[in-house]
Amino acid sequence: MATDIIIHDQKDNVGVVVIEKIIPKQDCKCWIMENDSSVNIQSLNEIPLGHKIAMVDLKEGDTILKYGHDIGKVVKSIKKGEHVHVHNVKTKKW
Amino acid sequence: MEIPKSFLGYKRENGRAGTRNHVIILPVDDISNACAEAVANNIKGTIALPHSYGRLQFGADLELHFRTMIGTGSNPNVAAVIVIGIEPKWTKRIVDGIAKTGKPVEGFHIERTGDIGTVMKASKKAQEFVMWASEKQREECPISDLWISVKCGESDTTSGLAANPTVGNLMDKLEPLGVHLCFGETSELTGAEKVCATRGATKEASDKFMKTWSAYNDFILKEATDDLSESQPTAGNIAGGLTTIEEKAFGNFQKIGNCKFVDVLEPAEEPKKGKGLYFMDTSSAAAECVTLQAAAGFNIHLFPTGQGNIVGNPIEPVIKLTANPLTVKGMGEHIDCDVSKILSREMNMSQAGDELIKTTLRVANGRLTCAEALGHREFVMTKLYRSA
Repeated sequence: MATDIIIHDQKDNVGVVVIEKIIPKQDCKCWIMENDSSVNIQSLNEIPLGHKIAMVDLKEGDTILKYGHDIGKVVKSIKKGEHVHVHNVKTKKW
Repeated sequence: MEIPKSFLGYKRENGRAGTRNHVIILPVDDISNACAEAVANNIKGTIALPHSYGRLQFGADLELHFRTMIGTGSNPNVAAVIVIGIEPKWTKRIVDGIAKTGKPVEGFHIERTGDIGTVMKASKKAQEFVMWASEKQREECPISDLWISVKCGESDTTSGLAANPTVGNLMDKLEPLGVHLCFGETSELTGAEKVCATRGATKEASDKFMKTWSAYNDFILKEATDDLSESQPTAGNIAGGLTTIEEKAFGNFQKIGNCKFVDVLEPAEEPKKGKGLYFMDTSSAAAECVTLQAAAGFNIHLFPTGQGNIVGNPIEPVIKLTANPLTVKGMGEHIDCDVSKILSREMNMSQAGDELIKTTLRVANGRLTCAEALGHREFVMTKLYRSA
């Protein structure tokens, strides 16, 4: 039952780390809340609790989906398994 | 879990019920704070509510000031009120507004008497009120007498994953029992505003929401110097993993569960369309928002947090919940309800919702919140623009 990463919606391209941290090259278990299914991913960076990991490769201009909704745009390309945060994603508002 | 159908509250003259039995000393304006605090210091069991405004305000800003003052005094968590202002006219206007509830209220103005004489007169009345209120007993009240407001703060991604949906689960379970519910935070719905608008119970409510959100957003765009990256999300939000306002907004929005809002309220406006969920146009700053919701008559507050906001309110008990295990570990004295087991999948959302309902009823029945025990009494007026 224990999980390392939770993904809100099947459409999401990011997941949230829910253990204290994950380390590079860690094989992580991910739980998708919406349909109660599981997937695995290998991390590329250390990522702390509450921070996001890319579930797929993302390029500049791509939209980040979380809760199944648009939460911002990619401003620097991101590899699957990398940390997703303010250094590579920005708001489309304000 | 079978949800209790009642709680033990204080029945008020106007038919509402309180979860608390405060006697408050309410200053009309900033310069009357000293007098109000002196009275509260003299008479044990009373609370002064000092604040920063109340002079030379005008127009909609002045109306909001009166609505907040009168609403705070009228809240059913308040048994009786002493109002102290510098001038007689505005003092009387607030006394008359509160008196409509039928509760004991008396006003004093300082001009021509001075602080010392006013403190003496007001203290005598405050003593009479507090001794009268101390004999009030809690009685069985239907659960529909609960008016529950919600606002989240120092959010992180665990808020959207678990703490906010726990509040949503509580709303889904209590809404059918006839409670009043209120969410706000206009600016923090930015990015989720179109989805939020679809939750209006009527087209009128949805349209009113979009109009309210757009007006707030226009104001932010007008005042912003470059972007809001220092303010929204906050440094605490970012440390907790939230990257954009849109992400914060969708997390925020989880608090209302599957409920639909029946109306959109002005700041501090009392709901008039009966039971159910209301949206109130508020700032997203914690103390400002809770102060407005308390002034609208809400008698118990749920406050999900991620990184650990510590806010309280002088008259409305503020219940904190979190799903972040590091927050529970590091600042547990602020957390009334720990739902961190959702993240480790040892607790599901329905179980978390039940835990929060139990905590809410214990607090409604009189258990102190962490914020009350720690002395958090943040009373912060919302000001719309500069005074004249």
